[in-house]
Amino acid sequence: MMAKPLIDMQTWFDLQQLYADYASAVDSGQWHLWPEFFTEDCIYKLQPRENHERGFQLATLFFTSKGMLKDRAYGISETIFHDPYYQRHVVGAPIVKKVENGRIYSEANYAVFRTKLDKESTVYNVGRYLDTIVQTPEGFKFAERLCVYDSEMIPNSIIYPI
Amino acid sequence: MQEHPIHWETEGTSRIPFAVYTNKDSHKKELDRLFYKDHWSYVGLEAEIPNAGDFKRTVIGERSVIMTRGQDGQIHVVENVCAHRGMAFCRERHGNKKELVCPYHQWSYALDGKLQGVPFRRGVRQDGKVNGGMPADFDPKDHGLKSLKVAARGGVVFASFDHAVAPLEDYMGPTILKYFDRLFNGRKLTLLGYNRQRIPGNWKLMQENIKDPYHPGLLHTWFVTFGLWRADNKSELRMDEHHRHAAMISTRGTSGQATGQASDVTQVSSFKASMQLNDPSFLDIVPEPWWQLGDQVPTAVMMTLFPSVIFQQQVNSVSTRHIQPDGHGAFDFVWTHFGFEDDTPEMTQRRLRQANLFGPAGFVSADDGEVIEFSQEAFETKPAHRTFAELGGRDVGETDHMVTETLIRGMYEYWRKVMED
Repeated sequence: MMAKPLIDMQTWFDLQQLYADYASAVDSGQWHLWPEFFTEDCIYKLQPRENHERGFQLATLFFTSKGMLKDRAYGISETIFHDPYYQRHVVGAPIVKKVENGRIYSEANYAVFRTKLDKESTVYNVGRYLDTIVQTPEGFKFAERLCVYDSEMIPNSIIYPI
Repeated sequence: MQEHPIHWETEGTSRIPFAVYTNKDSHKKELDRLFYKDHWSYVGLEAEIPNAGDFKRTVIGERSVIMTRGQDGQIHVVENVCAHRGMAFCRERHGNKKELVCPYHQWSYALDGKLQGVPFRRGVRQDGKVNGGMPADFDPKDHGLKSLKVAARGGVVFASFDHAVAPLEDYMGPTILKYFDRLFNGRKLTLLGYNRQRIPGNWKLMQENIKDPYHPGLLHTWFVTFGLWRADNKSELRMDEHHRHAAMISTRGTSGQATGQASDVTQVSSFKASMQLNDPSFLDIVPEPWWQLGDQVPTAVMMTLFPSVIFQQQVNSVSTRHIQPDGHGAFDFVWTHFGFEDDTPEMTQRRLRQANLFGPAGFVSADDGEVIEFSQEAFETKPAHRTFAELGGRDVGETDHMVTETLIRGMYEYWRKVMED
């Protein structure tokens, strides 16, 4: 049986759009777009499921401000040597778990495929987003985006944002 | 297919044949001689199994092993191979158990690997007669799990399939032991978590990566730009007497940045003079008392303990990096980040933030995996060729600078001694 929706149609539409826009941005190769989805004092974490479930704080990436995301975006294009690749996010429909004090707590499954030059496309990173979303004058932003991934072995490296 | 033979061009080890990374027969021999005999391998931290009955499944070489803590608090390491039909029965990676049971035929073992129970050992009574059962001379003592020799020091646990292996302290040697004890000085460790990556390259390349002080200031822009690792930092390279283990010791310039124009030191384009962090908390470095060693206060000590592990201190970020070979052309690389029991919450946060530099997505470590992959890619295409590791000469010795590949040459000097014997 379906539970009564926690948000109205317009909010649901905006939320869907946020998820879709984010996926489109991180697959675009324009890394400067990525930090703009977040609030100034955001939290972004990319964390193995193992650490998440066992209560270990270590994350593969652990950023606590929009500034850190900008530094990462700079690192991707300027400082980290890596094999170039394309990535493609497929993100499931978000589930709104809770709405409290204007904050939307939602989750969505994701799968990211990687395609390296001259190589086949492979499953790269699979997991779910645990998000806290807030309304700002510029629309919905992530106050927190936690990417908890099932993938046990990172295929060598993760450079671009999930 | 015939494996390409390993041919050394010179007497020394400055020209390393590609075939040492591609030869499958040699890989098997390495497992036997470097991982299963005469050597200690890393298995984990005591903090991973704090309570009686705790266990952690891990790997030595390519063999699955289980580290357990017995009811008496004693640490054991047993092989994950049932003594009956050989099944790798332990599937969880961690947990707490009173005994180890193979589900196939329910053979059960104590946490130290001793066989405790064998179903139908004395047969099954049916219609007044006993069917089957183990032979009369069956002795459970002969059918335990393979139990390994275990040594723990400073909260770090090592094991060896070879019960005749030298004591751990002798194995490390006094030079390396000094740096090991600096990091693991008896304080209880706390577990911050894991990162796991699969690197498609020969396992030795990771040892070499951390025996190579030539690359960090060139490949890793962050190290140069923020003075964390620069060719003009005060530094030392130390080895054990066999030249198999090493420590690269570096002290960051006193003003936070190394002295002198960084661009003059690196002479390369990877240096970003204008690079500024939007958020400097990535590098919120706070010196810790334990860094001091004699009259030195190193800010980075990278230890390679041959063959299985790297111990990392890079400013406030400390971790173990476990090398788990899988065939000649790949290895799993498992990072365990830790802290110390007396860390403040701020120090824990600092360690977690600085961890952004390391691991499979790290600002300075992601590229290490990448270069290893692309090296292996080339090795496979022309195994008759060799690498060239002659920075700082062709010989092997400790130095007070890092403009040398001497540690790599040292490791292969040892490798040749063991493998060509």
